[in-house]
Amino acid sequence: MSSHYEAPIRRPLIIGEKSYHDISVDVAAPIEGKANKLWWTAFTIALLAFLWGIGSITYTIGTGIGVWGLNKTVGWAWDITNFVWWVGIGHAGTLISAVLLLFRQKWRMGINRSAEAMTIFSVIQAGLFPVIHMGRVWNAHFVLPLPNQFGTLWTNFNSPLLWDVFAISTYLSVSLVFWWTGLLPDFAMLRDRAVRPFQKKIYSLLSFGWSGRAKDWQRFEEVSLVLAGLATPLVLSVHTIVSFDFATAIIPGWHTTIFPPYFVAGAVFSGFAMVNTLLIIMRKVSNLEAYITEQHIELMNIVIMITGSIVGCAYITELFIAWYSGVEYEQYAFLNRATGPYWWAYLLMMSCNVLSPQFMWFKKLRSSIMFSFIISIVVNIGMWFERFVIIVTSLHRDYLPSSWTMFSPTFVDIGIYVGTIGFFFVLFLLYARTFPVIAQAEVKSILKSSGEQFKKLRDGNHE
Amino acid sequence: MSNKVIQAMYNDDDILMDAVKDVRAANHHIEEIYTPFPVHGLDKAMGLKGTRIAITAFIYGCIGFVFSIWMMDYMMIKDWPQDIGGKPSFTFIQNMPAFVPIMFEMTVFFAAHLMVITFYMRSKLWPFKKAENPDPRTTDDMFVMEVSVDENESELISFLEKTGTVEIKVTEKQ
Repeated sequence: MSSHYEAPIRRPLIIGEKSYHDISVDVAAPIEGKANKLWWTAFTIALLAFLWGIGSITYTIGTGIGVWGLNKTVGWAWDITNFVWWVGIGHAGTLISAVLLLFRQKWRMGINRSAEAMTIFSVIQAGLFPVIHMGRVWNAHFVLPLPNQFGTLWTNFNSPLLWDVFAISTYLSVSLVFWWTGLLPDFAMLRDRAVRPFQKKIYSLLSFGWSGRAKDWQRFEEVSLVLAGLATPLVLSVHTIVSFDFATAIIPGWHTTIFPPYFVAGAVFSGFAMVNTLLIIMRKVSNLEAYITEQHIELMNIVIMITGSIVGCAYITELFIAWYSGVEYEQYAFLNRATGPYWWAYLLMMSCNVLSPQFMWFKKLRSSIMFSFIISIVVNIGMWFERFVIIVTSLHRDYLPSSWTMFSPTFVDIGIYVGTIGFFFVLFLLYARTFPVIAQAEVKSILKSSGEQFKKLRDGNHE
Repeated sequence: MSNKVIQAMYNDDDILMDAVKDVRAANHHIEEIYTPFPVHGLDKAMGLKGTRIAITAFIYGCIGFVFSIWMMDYMMIKDWPQDIGGKPSFTFIQNMPAFVPIMFEMTVFFAAHLMVITFYMRSKLWPFKKAENPDPRTTDDMFVMEVSVDENESELISFLEKTGTVEIKVTEKQ
């Protein structure tokens, strides 16, 4: 078993006496079993929220953007806040599957499938907002460089908003094929286990006829590696380009060169928090505690702590540079952010994003499941407020004091936001009952090196 | 020549690896191996050549890069140059910095998608494709080695039995 050596100091990633077959059984169990009451309750709530969202979107499209709380000073508010929030959440999946693959971090295998699913579902939510904000959504294809009746007037490639179109669509589609390629062997496992003919048919279709030949696996691994290599700069580019939407503007508070790295760190921060929120529930409900272990949660907490601290440094750097620049407009933008009428939003952002992750320095706290869950929710709230603070406080007091105003959302703003949360959970709950939520083929490949009983056999029983 | 193959089943990847080495050393021809997960080093032990799919990804990426340059040069500089916000787009080189993000995105887009399509075509994976693994257990916990038979059936069976196999089947391959 020399090929499966792993240092004894490493804690096992698969708990208990599992065989290859046990892994198949455990991963297939949530799909082959029946949904319980809890699932149906959660699904109903999510579906209702989603329907409310559809209603609000229909109302917006039918009547116009005027139904939102926007005014002539604050022309961007909840829509773009939600957009950036969802895109940010969508960064953890590819980070886990791509960056951690390049760094050969084996712990990614228990969580990458769900993190990638979360990425895809949240990027779908993000994509909704710019489209709805266009007002005339039936003209949404105008963002693509398509020949048209205006003597072929092309799109403006100098605009960061167009870069965003390319970045987000590339990100969504590449994440999707990355996810699906990894799913093929797991769908094949479900197909070969399926008893009911309908299930067999569906999983045969989804598995694309995967047979597991040695050559297929060789290509599969190479494709995964190259996709990870491509997705790593891609994931960093996406939030960089999202930050360009603001950084290339001349609004004080937005026109900041620190935005790209600061936004990327914030995105990873919020994404990992959302992964923690979802997986802490899923490992319990779907009985996957042997694969998504306490160590996984702890490692994600460390990433949250580090990225949260980077975000904290960025906040303070912004304040320093505003003062140091000597530009009074820039100075006022930040003074107003922290002490103006939106001080409470700033305080929420600071305490949720900078203070709360610092608790993770304590091993006792970061290995507590309940505490991790609470912090993950706090971080999600904090990161929403970060985008709100950046967007609304920079706009609401512009160069002309007579046009200073406040922003308050209407029920439509709230409805669309809640609707996307509902839509996200509808997708995720359906996924949890029909897809292999753990990359079982990959987990099997590390069973002998990182499985608990194999480690004990190899290292001698230490306990 | 007959299309007869012997399917030797194994229930452990380490035993399979040793078996592959033994079978190759005894100069028998391994037709195919089906495994439930990637067994590291199996391709080398079987004598498979390395895959060239990463090279294709590089070529596709180059195509995407060149395509994005051509596209933006044609649309923004040649076909309909505009003066947007006092920043006229009359030469490619002056506008180039603004084109970098999309050059990058298109490079990644082409490389990733065309490579995955190449993989699916080469490994014959697409919707409605019928799976070809000889036993449903090979996606769960069984490893199957197919060895071609060349008028030495009984000798080969007794040889394979000594390699730690748990099941042996002789079948006709289409």
